[in-house]
Parts: sequence; C-alpha cells; structure tokens
Amino acid sequence: MTVAEAKAQATKPVVEAKNLGLTFRTNDGPVQALTDVNLTIDKGEFVSFIGPSGCGKTTFLRVIADLEKPTEGMIAVNGMTSEQARESRAYGYVFQAAALFPWRTIASNVALPLEIMGIASAEQKTRIARVMELVNLTGFENKYPWQLSGGMQQRASIARALAFDADLLLMDEPFGALDEIVRDHLNKQLLELWARTNKTICFVTHSIPEAVYLSTRIVVMSPRPGRVTDVIESTLPRERPLDIRESAEFIAIAHRVREGLHAGHSYED
Amino acid sequence: MRWFAPSWQALLAVVLCIGAGLLGVMSLPEATALAQPAASIAYPWAASKSLIFDAILISAAFSMMRVPPAVAALALFAGAHLAAWLLLSGIAGFEGTALAPFYLLMAAAWLLAWRCVTILSGLKPTHRLAKTLVGLLIPVIFGAWLLIIWEGVVRGAGIPFILLPPPSAIGARIATSVPILAADVRQTIFKAVIAGYAIGCGAGFLTAILADRVSFLRRGLLPIGNMVSALPIIGVAPIMVMWFGFDWQSKAAVVSIMTFFPMLVNTVTGLAESGHMERDLMRTYASSYWQTLFKLRLPAAAPFIFNALKINATLALIGAIVAEFFGTPVVGMGFRISTEVGRMNIDMVWAEIAVAALIGSVFYGIIALIERVVTFWHPSLR
Amino acid sequence: MDRTRDKVLPVLAILAGLVVVWYVGAMLLNAPFQRDLDRRAGETRGTVEFIGKTLSQPKPTLPAPHQVAANFFENTFLRKITSNQSLVFHAWITLSSTLLGFVFGTALGIAIAVGIVHFTSLDRSLMPWLIASQTIPILAIAPMVIVVFAAIGVTGIIPKSLISTYLSFFPVAVGMVKGLRSPELTHLDLMHTYNASPAQTLWKLRVPASMPFLFASMKVAVAASLVGAIVAELPTGAVAGIGAKLLSASYYSQTIDMWSALVAGSIVAGLLVTLVGWIGRLVDRSMGARPA
Repeated sequence: MTVAEAKAQATKPVVEAKNLGLTFRTNDGPVQALTDVNLTIDKGEFVSFIGPSGCGKTTFLRVIADLEKPTEGMIAVNGMTSEQARESRAYGYVFQAAALFPWRTIASNVALPLEIMGIASAEQKTRIARVMELVNLTGFENKYPWQLSGGMQQRASIARALAFDADLLLMDEPFGALDEIVRDHLNKQLLELWARTNKTICFVTHSIPEAVYLSTRIVVMSPRPGRVTDVIESTLPRERPLDIRESAEFIAIAHRVREGLHAGHSYED
Repeated sequence: MRWFAPSWQALLAVVLCIGAGLLGVMSLPEATALAQPAASIAYPWAASKSLIFDAILISAAFSMMRVPPAVAALALFAGAHLAAWLLLSGIAGFEGTALAPFYLLMAAAWLLAWRCVTILSGLKPTHRLAKTLVGLLIPVIFGAWLLIIWEGVVRGAGIPFILLPPPSAIGARIATSVPILAADVRQTIFKAVIAGYAIGCGAGFLTAILADRVSFLRRGLLPIGNMVSALPIIGVAPIMVMWFGFDWQSKAAVVSIMTFFPMLVNTVTGLAESGHMERDLMRTYASSYWQTLFKLRLPAAAPFIFNALKINATLALIGAIVAEFFGTPVVGMGFRISTEVGRMNIDMVWAEIAVAALIGSVFYGIIALIERVVTFWHPSLR
Repeated sequence: MDRTRDKVLPVLAILAGLVVVWYVGAMLLNAPFQRDLDRRAGETRGTVEFIGKTLSQPKPTLPAPHQVAANFFENTFLRKITSNQSLVFHAWITLSSTLLGFVFGTALGIAIAVGIVHFTSLDRSLMPWLIASQTIPILAIAPMVIVVFAAIGVTGIIPKSLISTYLSFFPVAVGMVKGLRSPELTHLDLMHTYNASPAQTLWKLRVPASMPFLFASMKVAVAASLVGAIVAELPTGAVAGIGAKLLSASYYSQTIDMWSALVAGSIVAGLLVTLVGWIGRLVDRSMGARPA
C-alpha cells in the first residue's frame, strides 16, 4: 500500500450507509425494519443510536456487522462491503448480554477471538493482560463467568471485543440489563477507554442521559417504518466528568433528543 | 419438659416394642419350649431377646432427649442396626417360624432408622468431607434397609428360596461362583456391551454431526429418530442373532442399534442448544463452521451428549442380556439367567442380576463422574 | 403449505432411501442362499430373474419390504381377530398389559415424585436408588419374574404388566420431580404469603406447572411400558402377544412373520406415543397454553 493509498484509507469513513433499507418477511406480511437510512460515521467518532423498541437501531448495528443483509441500498465498512469487513475482523461486537461461554475462564473467554484468528499463544497472553487492565479486571483471569457480577461480566465481554484490536466497536445496549449505579460507572470507564484507544464506537441505547453523556453524535430513530428522524451533534467537550450531566448544555441536548423522539411518534398516537 | 423432644417415629417404635412385649412369644419353637419346659428345645432369640428390646427402647428414648442431632442420629443408627442384626441372625435356621412380635420389632427398628435418616437429612454440616459422608450415608442406610426388610420377610415368613432367596443367600452364591460370574461378565460386558456401546454411540454422534451439516438430512432424520426411540428395538435381537451368529457380535449389533438413536436425537438437539447471541458472536469473528462447532456448539451440547451416554449405559446392558435369550454360546449373563431359571436355581439368577446391577451402576457412575468434570459449568452442577 | 412441504419432504425422502437400502440389503443378504439353491438345482438364471428370486424366498435372511407388507396385511386384515394367527389379536394382548402397567407405573411415579418433593429425607435417600433401580436389567429378569409368579399361581396379565410398571415409573418419577419443582420462586413465595398449606400449593401451583413435564415423561414411559410387555411375553411359552409371536417365529426361522410382528409392535408404539402426545396437547390447551 502506497502512502497516498494509506492516506485515502485513513480519510475514508468507517461506516457509510446510502439509501439503506431492510424488509423482513414474516408470517404477518413484510415488516420494514429500516427505510432510507443515510449516514456516514468517521474515524474516532462516538455515535449513539436512540429510539423506542422496533425503530431498527439494533437492526442497523447488525447490518453494519453483517449479521443481517440489507434488502435495499448499500453499506460500506472501512470502504469494504460489510461481509468483507467481517471476514477481515474489522470490528468488535458487544451484545446486550455478556454472552461469555460458561465453560471458559474469563481469560480464555477473552482469548476466544484470538484463538479463532490463529494468533500465537505468547501474543495472546500479552493482549489478554492488556485488555484486562483496560477494563479493570486484572486479577479475575481465572474466574468463571458465573462467579462474577453482571457488571464485571459485561466488562469482560468488552475486553473480549477489544482483544483483537479492531478499530470499530459496535455495542448493542451493552449496559441495558445493569442497574443505574453500575451503569454510571461503566459509562465513565467506557469514555476513558474511548479517549485512550481512539476507537470508533457505535452505541445503541434507549436511555437519553446515556446517549447524551457518551456521544459526539446522537442518531434519533423512530419505528414503523424504522428510520432516522434526527441527527444531533453534541457540543459537549470530549473530556466529560459525571457531573456534566447537571450542566445546562447537557440538559439542552437531552431536551432536543427528547423532542426528536416525540416528533417521531406524533402521528401515530 | 425441656429435655424432651418427641418424634412420631421414635414414639411409634416404643409403642410397637411394648406391643411385642405384651404378645410375648416370638416364634413357634419358643411356644413349644414354653409348653414343654422339661424338654430342651432350641428356639430363636433365646439369649438376645432382652438385648433387642433394650437396643430399640434405649435408642428411641435417647433420641427424644435434647441432645445434639448428630449424637441422636448416632444412637439411633447403632440401636436400629444392632436390633436388626440380632433379629436377622436369630431367625436364621428357624425360617418360617416367626410370629407377630418379630415383625413388630423389625418395624420398630425400621422406624428408628427412618428417624435417623430424617435427622441426618436435616443436618447441614459445614465441613466438606462431613457433607459428602452424610450425603453418602443417607442413601446407604436406605439401601441397607431394603435388604434388611427383604431378608427379614423372606426368612421370617419362610418364603421358599426358589421363589425369592434372601440377600444373604444371594451374597453367598456370588462368593462361591466367582469364576462363572467372571466368565459371564467377560462375555457379555467386556465383549458385547463395550463394543456395541462404542459403535452405537460413536455412529450416532457422527451421524448427528453429518445431519447438522446437511439440514435436509436433519429435518428428515430427527422425526424418524424420535419415532424409532419409542419403538421396541429390542425386537431386532432374534434377527441380529440370525445374521451375526450366536457369539458376542450379534449382541454388540443389538446394543449398537439400541444406543444409536438416543445418541443421534440428543446430539442433534444439543447442537441446536447454543444461544443466538453466542452464534452471532462467532459470526462476527468470521469463525469457520468447524471452529464454531468445536469452540461453541459441542461444549454447549455436552450436557445432552452425556444424557444420551447415561441413557445408553442402561440400554446397552439390557440389550446385550436380552439378545442372549435368543441364542448364545454356553456363557454369558443372559444365557445363565435363562438356563438357571429353567433349572430353578433362582439364587444364581439373582447373583447374575446383582452383578449386572452393580456393573450397571458403576458404568453409570463413571459416566456421571466424567460429566461432572466436563460440564462443571452447567447450572445444574455448580 | 411451504412449511408442511419443508417438514414432510425430507422425512419421505429419507424413508424412501431406507426402503431402497432395504431392498439392496435383502438382495445381497439373500443372494448366497439363492445361489446355493440354484447350484443344487442345477439352474442358471438371468440377473433379473435371480434378483426376483432373492426377493421372494419363503424364509429369507432379510425379507423384502413387499413381503413384510403382504404378510402384515394378510395377518392384520384378512384374519379373524380371534384367530391365533391374527396380529390384531396378538397386538391386543400386548396392548392390554402395556396399558395396565403404564397406568400403574404412572401412578407410582407420581406418588414417588410427590413424596420426594415434600420430604427431604425421601429426596436424599430415595433418589440414588431410583437411578440404581434402572441399572438393574429388569428386562433380563422379566422371564424369571413371570416364572416365579407362575409358580405361586399368578399368571396372565398381572405379572406382565408389573414389568411394564417397573419400566414406566422411573421416567414419570424423574419428570414429575422436575415438574413439581418447576414453579418459580416468586410463585412459591406468593403461595407462602397466602399461608397456603402444602396440599394447596401442590394442587394450585405445582401440579398445573408440572403438566408439560408429566406428558413429556409419559411419552417415554408408554414406549418403555410396551417394550416391557413385549419382553415379558418371551417366556410365557409362546402363547399370545407380540413378544410370543416374535419368539415362535424366531424358533421356526419364519423371518417374514418376525418382521411383521416387529412392524405391528412399532405401529402400536407409534399410536400410543401419538395418543399420549395428543392428550397432552389437549390438557395444555385447556390450561390456556397457546397452540404451537
């Protein structure tokens, strides 16, 4: 790869969707999960997707991850098709539940993607140690998942997604099942991690404060048919202590998000 | 009454004891001896009668004091089993002469053993070794009392040994026929069962993997497999004997057919068991079919596979023995059972059954143990 | 429509494959004997004629499907059902002891399960022996049980159904223990807040919750019960029943009879399992479950 090509690669958007649509065929007829989604996500962004259930936010994430195939339009990840991106292991995916394998210790759960990708075991060890430290789980390597709390399990699953150093992190309501106190803590840790690693993060949530606190950009979505109704640029600084959530600026952005959500709903109630 | 903690089992045992005492005479020879004081007639429990009453009454009374439960259990254990031992050793040689007090005392001793088990079940030992010991002791007491009652009833009522031999006679028969039993075990277990079990389980497992790979095959095989599991497959035994001859090969064939379908159905079900999220995860890693199979789906299927291995352990034994009814060389457990029934040597039949049950339990136990080690992570085991 | 085709087609395809394999197997297995016959008779046959002969021997090593089908049809529909030759007669004998044993076994299994769920001492002392009881090859002692009962003058349906009982109580007991323990903790706590008695909790919560488990294990139990009845018939002196038919056919090497007896047994098994499943669905629906 020449220097010019490398530069072109670097400036390419990480995720690019054009006129994207996805229709599920079900027994009750076709369901439009996504219609006409146009979105470009650049390197280093933290983008949140928010909306009521059925708005297609998870579906969009799954399209990026090549877990669903779009029926219309195009999706590009790192300039490749989503399938090529998946095959070149371009992203790490964090699910709603930790989905750790109960027969593996935490360390070997984190090692799972590395084993599949055929990485030498010495290299595996250093990487495990590094990501375990990133998510503050050092010392729990030899525990089994069921011996850990829900918050720790979810951190382990984040470590697993980080282990193979993909530049893109796709997170599907990763903290949805956790309580508010743990969630605050993990939000803060996630921001620190994002600052340290400069990864691109796509984050699905249904919590307005969470979306506003974390994101550089908030994509508001709405159901039936699933579509993007608003894209809000955050004006908050990159450095965000927890108490920023009481600032007027934060509340103003949260208000805009709420209005966007209401607008998406207005005609159907 | 702070020192008194009654239990219905112990109280009933005392009542039964008093009843036995009031009835007095415990056996027919004793009645004869009482009627003819001059003649010296031997009768059961001539010396041990009061000791039996003492053992039951003292341990019953002691267990109702406010003593630590472990002490009460120990006293009950000692009392119940001492009484049972004396009762059983007394009746030996006087079969069929026992009168009502014998059964009342047996029942009293059994109630004390029951009380003992109840106390033991309530114990919550903190030490791991103690916990394991108590966990083992409870079923052992239960099993022992099955044998004690069997022995007592058979000897007390004088049931002909040809119908139902007492456990002690079966034990004696086992001890004297070790070479024959060993030869039968070698023929039936080590040749037919092991070969058939390995072939049947292995073939079922491989077919399941194949069926998993080819979904058309899976959709066709699964309903058929489910249906075949319900069929009386054992009926193919005479056919297999016709095809593969009288020796162990035909029995191994029956065993492999019987074990094939449970393994197939369970493995296919187990392979579908891994969650959607986990499979999506493997997909995000662009993991190949075989990587997903070995790293996710086979471990997730392990509880189902072990379930099939356990079901098959008992099926294999039954298959091999029953197949031998349709023709075998002059050795083998099934052969022995069918010929000894014909010769009315029921104790030998029971000896074979006991050996078969023991081997079956050990076989099952080994698989269960391996299961504990392999699927330690499963919610039912941790 | 699509879904039925998706389900039925693979099953039919595999069944068709099995029939083909069966025919090929019959040809191969019967060929040596046919060759022997022909050599002795000094005949030489064309390939087609030879194959035809291998599929129409009177006592083949492996009878061809059409031979079994013809024999089965003849013995099922063309004979008087009171005749000793009729498969319906034999199937009825086996079915009656199967059902009696199954009813006993189910009742015993449920009783044991209720005991285990309510008394810790029973739970901890009985459970290992329940498992051990199934490692006794009861089918192997079935003949002896029959002989012993005959010696004390009990013959007929009771000893046979006892074998069925022994085989069918275990799956029901294990399934019911699981089922009776299946209510969630919150539901049990709810009953506790009502100060419900153990009997009330049993009838109003545990029993309804255990119904799916009961019927699933009853399906296994009824199949086991049939196996028990068939094996119990082996030593009755080959008088009546599918097992007796199997044994007498195997004595006289009447392979076609043997196979059609097997087919009869399989059909009875299929009907019984379907019937139990059907009743289970009915009960399920009457308790408000969504039809699947």
